[in-house]
Amino acid sequence: MASRSRLLALIVAGVVVAATGCAPQKESPTPTDTASPSCAKDSLPTRTPGKLTIATDQPAYEPWFRKDKPDSGEGFEAAVAYAVAEKLGYARSDVTWTRVKFDTAIAPGEKNFDFDINQFSVTEERKQAVDFSAPYYLVRQTVIALKSSKIAGKTSLADLRGAKLGAQVGTTSYQAITDVIKPAGKPQVYNSNDDAKKALQNGQIDGLVVDLPTAFYITGAEITDATIVGQVPQVGVPEAFGLLLDKNSPLTRCVSGAVGQLSEAGTLTELEQKWLAQVAGAAELR
Amino acid sequence: MTPREHTPSAAQLRRSAYRRRQSVHSVLIAAFSTAALGTLLVVAVTGAPGWDRVRQSFLDPEIGADALPAVLDGLWLNVRLLVCCAAGALLLGLVIAVLRTLRGPVFFPVRALAAGYTYTFRGLPLIIVLYLLTLGVPGLRLQGMPSVLVLGGLALVLTYGGYLAEVFRAGIESVHPSQLAAGRSLGLTYRQTMRHVVLPQAVRRVAPPLLNDVVALQKDVGLVSLAGPIDAVRAAQIATAQSFNYTPYVVAGVLFVLLAIPLIAVTDWVTLRSARRQSGG
Repeated sequence: MASRSRLLALIVAGVVVAATGCAPQKESPTPTDTASPSCAKDSLPTRTPGKLTIATDQPAYEPWFRKDKPDSGEGFEAAVAYAVAEKLGYARSDVTWTRVKFDTAIAPGEKNFDFDINQFSVTEERKQAVDFSAPYYLVRQTVIALKSSKIAGKTSLADLRGAKLGAQVGTTSYQAITDVIKPAGKPQVYNSNDDAKKALQNGQIDGLVVDLPTAFYITGAEITDATIVGQVPQVGVPEAFGLLLDKNSPLTRCVSGAVGQLSEAGTLTELEQKWLAQVAGAAELR
Repeated sequence: MTPREHTPSAAQLRRSAYRRRQSVHSVLIAAFSTAALGTLLVVAVTGAPGWDRVRQSFLDPEIGADALPAVLDGLWLNVRLLVCCAAGALLLGLVIAVLRTLRGPVFFPVRALAAGYTYTFRGLPLIIVLYLLTLGVPGLRLQGMPSVLVLGGLALVLTYGGYLAEVFRAGIESVHPSQLAAGRSLGLTYRQTMRHVVLPQAVRRVAPPLLNDVVALQKDVGLVSLAGPIDAVRAAQIATAQSFNYTPYVVAGVLFVLLAIPLIAVTDWVTLRSARRQSGG
């Protein structure tokens, strides 16, 4: 718990330092780089003054948004979006939602939102085209199994020691098996998650380790008789989700700051607990 | 009559001395030319502008040593699979070849089936056979489904059995018909003639290509790793993914070559022996 939010805070700090300290010198510094405007609501140059326009994809999936209704504030990402808005001083009525396709959002070009929240992994390639806030979520590895499997419904890591687990080669998921779960038998390794899913369906492995978003997608849409066993403690260098903003957006610094504060206060960890572990059923394996 | 001590003549002594000088001479020349070529290669490779970068990412002794236990562990799987699959494929190939060379119209369906098998499995990419058997067949959820390793081994046996069957058939057909006729005229049945006259000659003739296919099989057994088991190359891939360094692949490659050397040496020796026998030496 505490160590997790510390890790998140550390990574946030690292990203902020990297963004400020290692940024390549811009030829013509924009005013926002030199001056440091306060992050008060009135001085924020949002698309509609006094309002905050947040984007996500249509449809928006569980457990990130519930019932494709972002404005309900239900679901992990909806909750995070409203928490960030609140930190920046916007009331719930000041937030307007808009829908933008995932691929359109990460492409360069004019944006019709202040920030977009849609499970965007922060990558160097994407940073060439858009801005990212500090990460609001570090992707966790998750064990999934068929409902008929002997490990379905298990609650501790020790219960998985005797299981035959599989993962895709060269992934953090594989590391989670070898470094954290440490099963008695050898893990099975696959070229792709598709092969691994087939093996899971065939009953050739008891459980498959994938990252949490993939786990929700597989159990929700692809293999409906599969269920999430639980989340594995953090391992390796996790993927990070960040809020997406227009390239060189004047809001990036303030939005990033708000995410950083939420992370330090432990709010993000609480929201994760509530929406991912309890509501969506991806409990923590200890 | 006590046998006299043999003393070589002066001419014989001169001859041996000359031969000794000649062999020393040729060894020296060979050593010199090898050293020259080696030096040239070393200078060309290590003098290349990117050599340091390549050495760091492909020849890092520390990372290689770290990966070695896992790669060796994987290689053990390769070796076990190779022994079982080579035996299985040789046996299957021999059976199919004998079926394809049966005479008489009554055996037409058998010949057709055997021919169809070799056509199919020589044409099918091994990866596809592996996928069908290791991930497709278990989906049937039958009782007593064998493990992934057994199914993967079966895929290899089926594919390589097709190649080996054709090699055996070439051997059988290269035995002169007069041999078969001679066997039959001595009163041997067709089966006895095949068993005692034709097959021994056929197998001896095609031993080099057979062993060659076994060497090829040695590299392909690792492909069962796509169904989950960790072989040497897969272990190297995992180590590479963790260290972002390609040295584990080099380690696995060196181990594979070391594993192949005895097989290849046997192949060469068999080829040499049959060549000597052919030339009546």
